[in-house]
Amino acid sequence: MSPETIIKPTNTETIPSQRIVPISREHALHLLYQMIRIRRFEAKSAELYGAMKIRGFLHLYDGEEAVAVGVMEALRPEDAVVATYREHGHALARGIPAGAIMAEMYGKQEGCSRGRGGSMHLFDAKTRFYGGNAIVGGGLPLAVGLALADKMQGKRRVTCCFFGDGAVAEGEFHESMNLAALWQLPVLFICENNLYAMGTALQLSQSITDLAKKAAGYAVAAEAVDGMDVLAVEVAAKKAVEIVRAGEGPYFLECRTYRFRGHSAFDTELYRTKAEVEEWKKRDPIKTFIEYLKNQGLVSEMDLNELERKVADEIKEAVDFAEAGTWEPVEDLTRFVYSERREV
Amino acid sequence: MKENPQMIRLTYREAVREAIREALRKDDRVFLMGEDVGRYGGCFAVSKGLLQEFGPERIRDTPLSESAFVGAGIGAAMGGMRPIVEIMTVNFSLLAADQILNNAATILHMSGGQFNIPLVIRMATGGGRQVAAQHSHSLEGWYAHIPGIKVLTPATLEDARGMLWTALEDPDPVLIFENSNLYNMEGQLPADAGPVDIHRARVRRPGSDVTIITYSASLFKALDAAEILAREGIDAEVIDLRTLRPLDQETFLASVTKTHRAVIVDEGWRSGSISAEIAARIMEGAFYELDAPVERICSAEVPMPYAKHLEQAALPQTETIVATIKRMMHS
Repeated sequence: MSPETIIKPTNTETIPSQRIVPISREHALHLLYQMIRIRRFEAKSAELYGAMKIRGFLHLYDGEEAVAVGVMEALRPEDAVVATYREHGHALARGIPAGAIMAEMYGKQEGCSRGRGGSMHLFDAKTRFYGGNAIVGGGLPLAVGLALADKMQGKRRVTCCFFGDGAVAEGEFHESMNLAALWQLPVLFICENNLYAMGTALQLSQSITDLAKKAAGYAVAAEAVDGMDVLAVEVAAKKAVEIVRAGEGPYFLECRTYRFRGHSAFDTELYRTKAEVEEWKKRDPIKTFIEYLKNQGLVSEMDLNELERKVADEIKEAVDFAEAGTWEPVEDLTRFVYSERREV
Repeated sequence: MKENPQMIRLTYREAVREAIREALRKDDRVFLMGEDVGRYGGCFAVSKGLLQEFGPERIRDTPLSESAFVGAGIGAAMGGMRPIVEIMTVNFSLLAADQILNNAATILHMSGGQFNIPLVIRMATGGGRQVAAQHSHSLEGWYAHIPGIKVLTPATLEDARGMLWTALEDPDPVLIFENSNLYNMEGQLPADAGPVDIHRARVRRPGSDVTIITYSASLFKALDAAEILAREGIDAEVIDLRTLRPLDQETFLASVTKTHRAVIVDEGWRSGSISAEIAARIMEGAFYELDAPVERICSAEVPMPYAKHLEQAALPQTETIVATIKRMMHS
């Protein structure tokens, strides 16, 4: 494949549109709000990275918002979430306060991981958010284990595991699919197929690019969905969660999406063309959703302005919170290597 | 010797099995998971009979998927269970190294103390059974390099019986290395033997002339060597480390301060081994007490060969310990 080749947004063409589902104005605004706050949070993160306020690796989620938002709508507070290193969107949609996430990226002790995890390792016990995993595919066995614990304790909870198309090439994907299906565990596998494993295109890394087929090979119920359509993702995720919660075993949902920015802040994007990115931006999950809602007469310009204002306030507060945060004393460096209490 | 009526005779294998059985009985959250632990009875027959007693939910056969079932153990521990994960041998644990190092050892820290991993991973280690390089290595010292996990090496029946429950009560991930040459070792143990501490090394034989620092199966070679040396008037103190991380340096530094000589016997390779760590700590903590350089007896730096004479030549042996100490004493 030459770098001139454009991977067109055709990978969702065969999937029927879900925009026939009726949606209330209130719910529409909620979904939109969630997506916009992720988009603006990421823009702010990029800016703060440039200003050297936050460091390390920074993987932004622009373009993929419909996946996190649609899937989280299907989950309950008692469910568990295992995420990837591109997880700001998951964390925000799951309900971790924006300030705690921002403070984490600043490395402050008010961060959701006390500044020990950073952008790639957001954790939050309150929302059962189990990271933030920087090893591609490494979160899949954890999700299998969380689901195993639920099943053995007779808890009807779902563990939702996010991972990218790159992880599908890892052995841990195959081992985890097999184990989850073999033991009929309540795991919802969400593959965020954004067509690139860092800079390597799907067709250069997968013998079968139809990823849902791989899950089917392990007798895991599987479906592909338009990951640029928040309603489609929500409908598919709700159906999947219902099946998983009913104890009918794991489910694999491939969300076909695209990231508008590079893999990380260091990415010079030599592996794809600007034209390709522009082509995909026509399918921007936020823009197209707004268009749809306007056509349906569900939102007005005024609504949008209000949403933007609300989001801007929230993000400003998050940044202020992070700025005002404190550095953990260096004397505490070795805390949390081992537990401070013996009995659990 | 007349048997003490309070004592029972059993093997190391049975001691481990009793420990697992007791844990399964005591706590509903405990379950055993690994390759062939159920129907087969465990590749070293440790879990034989447990499937019949506790059923397939709690004695859980897994596919050959070290990464997935170790990772699942971590997830299950975070989800409120107390898994005992068995890996057939330390060599196979390398397939799960990502889960052990990048998840089990790091999540507590990376989450700022929010998520404990109360997980126990047991595995066989050690050479000497002519099963060649991919089944014979001693990598426990390697795991001892990793902050966030604890590394236990039970040598005695008492420790084989008692370390597991203590490990299960620990909120952090604990790796237990059982030297496969010890499974058939027989001895006596009080009928009511229970949990033991996992924080202190033990002086297994007091002595005044030289300290032999060792752990696991090498302990018995060290004790044999001490007996031989005693006949020649050399009084060796033998220390069983028991736990390689965290290392109880207080015990061995106190001993070296008393004997002024130290020999470390370690089945791992010399380069970058736990013996190197111990030697360095002796330099740091007791250098001016030493009457001779610290010596190390480790495995030869080769992948473990199959042929018996070569394998035995590669492993630390009683004769080498004796010869080394005699040289140290007479130089």
